[in-house]
Amino acid sequence: MPESLLYGTEVVLNGLMAGVLYALVALGFVLIYKASGIFNYAQGVMALFAALTLVGIMEGQIPFAHLINAMFGTELHHFGWHVPAFLAILLTMVVMVFLAWAVQKFVFRHLVNQEPIILFMATIGLAYFLEGFGDLMWGSDIKTLNVGLPQGGSFWIEENTQWLGFGNENFYGFFLDRLDIIATFIAAILVVVLVLFSQYTKQGRAMRAVADDHQAALSVGISLNFIWVMVWSVAGFVALVAGIMWGAKSGVQFSLSLIALKALPVLMLGGFTSIPGAIVGGLIIGVGEKLFEFSVGPYIGGATENWFAYVLALIFLVFRPQGLFGEKIIERV
Amino acid sequence: MNDMSQDSYVTEDGRTIGPTVMEMKNITLRFGGVKAITDISFDIREGEIRAIIGPNGAGKSSMLNVISGFYVPQEGEVWYKGKKRPPMKPYEVAQQGIARTFQNIALFEGMSVLDNVMTGRLRQMQSGLFAQAIWKGKAEREEVANREQVEKIIDFLEIQAIRKTPVGRLPYGLKKRVELARALAAEPSILLLDEPMAGMNVEEKEDMSRFILDMNDEFGTTIALIEHDMGVVMDLSDRVVVMDYGKKIGDGTPSEVRNNQAVIDAYLGVAHD
Repeated sequence: MPESLLYGTEVVLNGLMAGVLYALVALGFVLIYKASGIFNYAQGVMALFAALTLVGIMEGQIPFAHLINAMFGTELHHFGWHVPAFLAILLTMVVMVFLAWAVQKFVFRHLVNQEPIILFMATIGLAYFLEGFGDLMWGSDIKTLNVGLPQGGSFWIEENTQWLGFGNENFYGFFLDRLDIIATFIAAILVVVLVLFSQYTKQGRAMRAVADDHQAALSVGISLNFIWVMVWSVAGFVALVAGIMWGAKSGVQFSLSLIALKALPVLMLGGFTSIPGAIVGGLIIGVGEKLFEFSVGPYIGGATENWFAYVLALIFLVFRPQGLFGEKIIERV
Repeated sequence: MNDMSQDSYVTEDGRTIGPTVMEMKNITLRFGGVKAITDISFDIREGEIRAIIGPNGAGKSSMLNVISGFYVPQEGEVWYKGKKRPPMKPYEVAQQGIARTFQNIALFEGMSVLDNVMTGRLRQMQSGLFAQAIWKGKAEREEVANREQVEKIIDFLEIQAIRKTPVGRLPYGLKKRVELARALAAEPSILLLDEPMAGMNVEEKEDMSRFILDMNDEFGTTIALIEHDMGVVMDLSDRVVVMDYGKKIGDGTPSEVRNNQAVIDAYLGVAHD
């Protein structure tokens, strides 16, 4: 194989892996949007908050330590124990379910039947609140998250793809980060589970029913409140998975919440209402921006990854506003 | 005091009507200063087809919404199966076995006909999430039993051909039928129909009348329906409540109501001389 094709393939593979992470965030958006019509701007911050909480619990950090120290002049920081990763993930999930309940109870229950734009504004408020709250609770320093996922390049793949170079000395096999590979598997499992859940369980069916028509859902005996708490919990779970992946990759830092913005073009591509759409959209954006950077980037000074996704989304908005998989907007007259 | 009738009786045309299943006592419903319903009492008996009729704006739909929990009346009591019903959310009323359809159809447009009808069975599904996830034992038996019942209803309402079609693509008449199927799938103690024949042509009306009668006959479903097409109602129902301007002006068998002077006046107008 010619060298450029090999490099191109590697770029595509790495793009796919990056796309999976975008897709994970986008997935959380889709879930909430489908079930409640709310565009949840706070999804990225939820991922951040989940990662912060996970690290905090694992390291035995005392929540609100800075606040307590400032008020009482104490010097508390750590409980002095370490919680195993698996248990910490479970505890974090409990926190995310509680968060879902609180969000429903204190915010959205009071905004039933409001305009979408008002609900959207509420989620922006939620995003800022959660960011500040996470800061207050766990501190703003960059933390490393190590839940025992393997990191670094996979030598196995490098060794076993070397032959593709056919004796080319400059080609040492494809370089793929093991963490990315695992993220891909986890995302795939997550999607399968979510699709099975929404298609084949009673709760999933109720969730789709609520998404479709509130009044009709009430009339068959579905509690809207319960379903919304459930959906926010599931979105919290997806946020936790995304938070773990991003956190393990680049540390738990507050810029994590900005990845939520990358999920926007992903959604415009995939469609706001489609779970497979979120995945495919994420992959297209991931591959697209890496390939564009690789092929066109050098001629126009690079750094195309910052804007490529948005331009692609803009083009989609013009030609296919409902996205690849979104429901076509047909108004019967 | 609960003065619900516990006795069954047999009508002139040989239909057996059971004891009272629901009783409305002195219901008054206000929207701000407007009285939609004023001091109305009536009962619904097991196995009967009970109609609520009246001219436009008489408060029929409000009455149905009170029964199904969408409105909470300011005054009066609702008695259901021998117990006074506390104020309830619509979904709780539905869980108690009162199913309904809507005048302007509330279906899950994005879901298939089959899925729509299956949502009607949510009340009957008891197994937990985990059991459903591993799909064994109780959960499996439950799903199979529910599907069986749903298929029976789909057959009954003659919508087999469109089982997998998304509801959004169906024409109006069929949507009405799917909505009926969903309500029937809940095996309700009382089935509330809000203008089941609104906007239908003669043929569709005949179909719908046939379904309502057969439903009552085959499943023994108690039906309360609202309609302003007098002719249809008189043919279908066992007993009729007539409303006008939020008040009850008549209650009885179709022939009794037909000869009631107040009802005739309400429908035909009164000569002021």
